[in-house]
Amino acid sequence: MKWFLLRRLGGALFVLLALSVVVYAAFYVAPGNVAQIACGPRCSPAQVAQVSEQLHLGDPLYTQYWHFLQGLFAGRDYSTGTGVLHCQAPCLGLSYQSDQQVTELILAKLPATASLAVGAFVLWMLLGVGTGLLSVWRRGRLTERVLTWITLAGMATPVFVIGLLLIIVLVTALQILPFPDYVPLTEDPEQWAWNLLLPWISLALVSAAPYARMTRASMMETLAEDHVRTFRAYGVGERALVGRHALRGALAPVIALGALDIGSMFGGAVLTESLFGIPGVGRELVDAVKHVDLPVVVGLVLVTGFFVVLANAVADILQAMADRRVVLA
Amino acid sequence: MSLVEVSDLSISFGDVRAVDGLSFSLEAGGALGVVGESGSGKSASAYALLGLHRGTGAKVSGSIRVAGVDVSAADDAELRALRGAKAAMVFQDPLSSLDPYYAVGDQIAEVYRVHNRASRRAARARAVEVLDRVGIPDAARRSRSRPHEFSGGMRQRALIAMALACEPQLLIADEPTTALDVTVQAQILDLLHDLRRETGMGLLLVTHDVGVAAESVDEVLVMQSGRAVERGPVGEVLVAPREPYTKALLSAVPRVTEPRVPSDTAADDGEVLVEADGVRQVFGRGKSALAAVDGVSLTVRRGETLGVVGESGSGKTTLGRMLVGLLEPTEGRLTRDARVQMVFQDPVSSLNPRRSIGESVADPLRASGQRDGAAIRARVRDLLARVGLDPDSYDRYPHEFSGGQRQRVGIARALAAEPELIVCDEAVSALDVTTQAQVTALLAELQRELGLALVFIAHDLAVVRQVSDRVAVMRQGRIVEEGEVDQVYGDPQDPYTKQLLAAVPALDPALAAVRRAARKELAAA
Amino acid sequence: MSQVLPAEGAGAVEAPAPGAHPFWRRLRARRSALVAAAIVALLVLAALAAPLLAGIEGQDPTTYHPDLVDSASGGVPIGSFGGISAEHWLGVEPLTGRDLFARIVYGARVSLGVALGATLLQVIIGVGIGLAAGLGNRFVDQALSRITDVVVALPVMVTALGALAVVPTSFPRPVLIAVIIGLVGWSGTSKIVRAQTLSLKSRDHVAAARLSGWGSWQIARRELLPALAAPVITYAVLLFPSNIVVEAALSFLGVGIKPPTPSWGQMLSDADTWYQAAPTYLLIPALLLFVTVLALTVLGEGVRTALDPRAESRLRIGTGRKKEADA
Repeated sequence: MKWFLLRRLGGALFVLLALSVVVYAAFYVAPGNVAQIACGPRCSPAQVAQVSEQLHLGDPLYTQYWHFLQGLFAGRDYSTGTGVLHCQAPCLGLSYQSDQQVTELILAKLPATASLAVGAFVLWMLLGVGTGLLSVWRRGRLTERVLTWITLAGMATPVFVIGLLLIIVLVTALQILPFPDYVPLTEDPEQWAWNLLLPWISLALVSAAPYARMTRASMMETLAEDHVRTFRAYGVGERALVGRHALRGALAPVIALGALDIGSMFGGAVLTESLFGIPGVGRELVDAVKHVDLPVVVGLVLVTGFFVVLANAVADILQAMADRRVVLA
Repeated sequence: MSLVEVSDLSISFGDVRAVDGLSFSLEAGGALGVVGESGSGKSASAYALLGLHRGTGAKVSGSIRVAGVDVSAADDAELRALRGAKAAMVFQDPLSSLDPYYAVGDQIAEVYRVHNRASRRAARARAVEVLDRVGIPDAARRSRSRPHEFSGGMRQRALIAMALACEPQLLIADEPTTALDVTVQAQILDLLHDLRRETGMGLLLVTHDVGVAAESVDEVLVMQSGRAVERGPVGEVLVAPREPYTKALLSAVPRVTEPRVPSDTAADDGEVLVEADGVRQVFGRGKSALAAVDGVSLTVRRGETLGVVGESGSGKTTLGRMLVGLLEPTEGRLTRDARVQMVFQDPVSSLNPRRSIGESVADPLRASGQRDGAAIRARVRDLLARVGLDPDSYDRYPHEFSGGQRQRVGIARALAAEPELIVCDEAVSALDVTTQAQVTALLAELQRELGLALVFIAHDLAVVRQVSDRVAVMRQGRIVEEGEVDQVYGDPQDPYTKQLLAAVPALDPALAAVRRAARKELAAA
Repeated sequence: MSQVLPAEGAGAVEAPAPGAHPFWRRLRARRSALVAAAIVALLVLAALAAPLLAGIEGQDPTTYHPDLVDSASGGVPIGSFGGISAEHWLGVEPLTGRDLFARIVYGARVSLGVALGATLLQVIIGVGIGLAAGLGNRFVDQALSRITDVVVALPVMVTALGALAVVPTSFPRPVLIAVIIGLVGWSGTSKIVRAQTLSLKSRDHVAAARLSGWGSWQIARRELLPALAAPVITYAVLLFPSNIVVEAALSFLGVGIKPPTPSWGQMLSDADTWYQAAPTYLLIPALLLFVTVLALTVLGEGVRTALDPRAESRLRIGTGRKKEADA
């Protein structure tokens, strides 16, 4: 188990490094004047020259990358002509358009994204696993067919469609819920939850569908296995077979998928945040893309990659803990 | 009242009638063996005793009474009260029959609590008690292990412990030793024997292996195509069968004690086709490296049959793959001066399900550059006829054939390459005994006719004795004993060979008792 | 529905091959799959015949009709249900008065075309990389698997957003979006193909083909590729709708397809602010998107069970990691 952990985390670190190379190369080898793009369309030639100097754009690509990597792990200094601007590790660079450090900019947006992700996660796990469990429990009956179709519909509905519909119904027509206006948790927990309810529901409704399907499929698979037959042959009742043996078998892949999904969501629930105007990482990315704020885009893609790789590793480790046979294989 | 009373039992799966008007009974404390080849309906009948066909779409008719419960009329609650408490079942594959996620002791405790008012603690204590009884060493600690941490034999013991937990009056064992090595099989059969004497429970043993039945039961019931063919005391049925089917079945069973009819093609001075000198095959690297074959030297000469026997994990399959060149030895020298081919174990995966069998047989011809479609077709037809298949089946697909027929296709494909040596890797072990006998006879015939050399790899000691001139016994990647077949079987030198031979079930129940005593002596020594 | 089937003897072996005939028979036997296939066919036909259909209606997707919107109220279409009339079957767009039906059928071309291109690219790259990793030696497999890991770490939405930021706007958008989705979204296919190749490679009929004297390429072509077709097709049919959604999402965010080219996502994006004044403008593309994705998903389900009736859950949504763990 110890070796598995080390090997898995080592692999994750390698992937992260490779990812940073790929992302850096992809964006800083873009056609056109990189300094001009990074600085923004309104920059004067003198400012562009300074940016080029700060990013070492005159040097070969690997030197540029080396400075970038140094910034990530040790922090780096930018000369501003009049003085020196220190950017602490992990330094993802400077956003010239908003005149801020990218790391700070992202950190400021993370709480909103995390609020959205964690709340929706709890909801969709309950909803997804519950639906799956119910459809197995009522298998062969009308309930199962209805749930299967609802789940399919959930898979087929993009979050921005269901979000728009919910806004029309719950906010405009029935006026049950407010249009979200993000309030930080630290300021007012009640308002925080109340305002996030609509985004949570929207996200949970569409995200739950794959979990319902997976739970159902895994449980059905387990129910067909020999060991369930054993317990049936020993007089164990249907309730224990489904609730204890089949559910246990289905849990590992569901948890693994959950870890993956919430990981990538920390990189920004782009659509949900844009639709509901939640000031999170995802909306920041859309804005950065629209304004072609290159350093912010690079930083955000890297941060998202970091969360995905981390979630992947956590998912593997969770699955290994749930099912020791994985480690032995 | 009898413990089990079955009358006029019929079971159909869709259009297939698996069991057709079966009647039998078993007295309390008695032991009945249900023997038959695959498709005889023996397992389906055993499942019916616990009402396990309920809800599966299978149609069951007739009357079944087990321990006073009318199984076909019982409601779900009555059925659950029967299962495990009055009649318990032991299944074939001990790994997949236990829940991989829970500790073995917890699983037994769960079953115990279904049928007894007991605290968790008391149920766990009972689990440890029965695990101890079935011979799990350090049962209290091992009860906290999960099934994959157990060896195959230990898992089967755990499953038997689960069966014992509620002190049932009847134990139904469905092929309980089929997935196990022969030495482990002997231990499990001895355990069942002892438990039966000690607890006085009845035993219904379902098996395809006549020897296993001879070792364990008082009476046998021979089944064929869903019907009972012959029933009687084990000593009578297996020693002096009355029905033609029973006679045919028994004569097809290879006997480990019978000397082989010497082949006329083998000669000591035959030309050496393959020579291995200290070959090793290591899988994995670093700490996890495992030498599957660890320094094996042997020669195969033209026209002879070399048998290779060993239990699972002995490296015999890896050796076979090296001999034909599917694997390169990690170390050692292997010289091959002949065209070699292989016949594989699994009749399902050895033929591509998407290609017609004619195309599969034609592969070696096409690969060697033949282009003339008509000539290839003619040659394939010849080969199919030669292995006893209809030449017109060229365009049919593997799933249309039975296991034995598919092995014949595999042999035809090997012959197409005009080999001088064929390595048969467990080529008959997935087949029923009568089919097995036909396929080994075919191989012997081809050998005589074409002067082929054979390397016959198998775990079944009796089959190997019947076909081989020389035999090599493998254990943990090494050859522990090698020699003329009658010499090795008649007068084994290595202790492991002795142990293996002592574990083979005897067909004669009287002899089986003697051998059981001998095994105990060997184990004590 | 519980399964308790007796495993008869040691040699119980029946595995019918999934040949061509049973596939179509099983697919036809699923009514939901048939309905879904009909809907998909209708949509594809409509997309292909977009100019013809718009011609029959007598409209085109780009002409402004300022006379059909009420400039006093900010551009709300005149008439009920968004201005539905004999000339404008689905009404007109608010503000501009462009014909909605024409934009919908032309938009179908873009939405379906981009998704199709992206799916093809994902499948080609995925099969290539997966096959190479499965067949190659340890080193090749390790290298390709690591590359796949890096690609997994690039979520399609985020990467596509990032990439769209730096590529010049002169590059044709639909092609660009298809290429980006294709280039970052192949990891699922490659993982499935690799796992399948590894498991197929160990089958005895592949060993027999080697002993027959065939080379690696012939073995891949004869023994492996036909067996890979089923899982790859199944997966591709499920990738297609998810690619439609990605394109729609990018366009919805305003960074995908740029007006005046219509796509469903782009129309939804415009409609976002009009849902109170002109609800049909929002509901029509939303409904179409929903129906299309649902039909394709149901069709994918049907194809999956028809190809392999036992594999209820073989292709897990997501990573296929369970498979790898078992291998």
